[in-house]
Amino acid sequence: MKGIIGKKVGMTQIFDDDGQVIPVTVIQAGPCYVTQIRTEEKDGYTAVQLGFEELPAKRNGDSRLTKPKRGHLNRNGMDLPDLRYLREFRVRNATDLDVEEGQMVTADVFETGDRVDVVGTSKGRGYAGTVKRHGFNRQPKTHGQSDRERAPGSIGATSTPGRVFKGTRMAGRMGNDRVTIQNLEVVVVDVDKHLLAVRGSVPGAKGGILLIKPTVKRRRG
Amino acid sequence: MNDLMKAMEMPDRGFPQLHPGDSVRVHVRIVEGNRERVQVFHGTIIRLRRSGNDANFTVRRIASHGIGVERTFLLRSPRIEKIEVMRHAKVRRAQLYYMRNRRGKSARLKERRM
Repeated sequence: MKGIIGKKVGMTQIFDDDGQVIPVTVIQAGPCYVTQIRTEEKDGYTAVQLGFEELPAKRNGDSRLTKPKRGHLNRNGMDLPDLRYLREFRVRNATDLDVEEGQMVTADVFETGDRVDVVGTSKGRGYAGTVKRHGFNRQPKTHGQSDRERAPGSIGATSTPGRVFKGTRMAGRMGNDRVTIQNLEVVVVDVDKHLLAVRGSVPGAKGGILLIKPTVKRRRG
Repeated sequence: MNDLMKAMEMPDRGFPQLHPGDSVRVHVRIVEGNRERVQVFHGTIIRLRRSGNDANFTVRRIASHGIGVERTFLLRSPRIEKIEVMRHAKVRRAQLYYMRNRRGKSARLKERRM
């Protein structure tokens, strides 16, 4: 199983050995803990549940989590710290399971040169028009036009069919979706600082939660 | 969060402190085919941007036939071998874009001794 939960820190650029600039996204990856292993017999599928981001205790020393959540982390005497996020990573074959419950997962599950897919939640754009949301063209500003610059144009014919077809692209909520960027190259792995840097951009705002897993793309051989 | 970004920064190469208006000689490594050599670009700094790894500066010089040539260097690039500051100048703004409209005598900057 290879995968880790992270947080987007921001983008910067670094230089490779030739002095070429590489645009990178810095991700705070881990430390994560294996909180549960889902098995075919019990759960109907195989997956590893990871927990990320330790929460500081309250001032009186109490846990910040609810008792059920706390109990989940205490199962089988694991006694894990309070974790803010729990996410699951599917494992294709049960034989690929190479972690145990309670085990720590750090950024060194990846090495430089690995190809990864990064899952995040894109920035919300609110109620966006067709120009922004679907890439429609704008209409003319001149030639007698008024107030029609960003209008969608026709959304259908007249009495035949007498309705608007389902799926017609119109204005609406945009962004805040789960987005996966595939096949990003891992450029830096810093285990001590729990940092990863991948080439290129990654969905979501700074501070957003990311899932990093090996790419599903096959390498051209 | 910002401290985490700092970890990605290139090490300080010990270049002299640069200011707008400085006359500098920038030694850049250039790859020609499979040969590498060092080229020197001599001119005045007309712009300086400090921003971690993205920091850059623009050097303007007057080439032959009075043609102005500007070149922007990435301060943290390993391709920059050396920067020599020849002279500081008294300038009153951060971006010296007005130098583009000057030529000859009016393009002079008053020296500032440090």
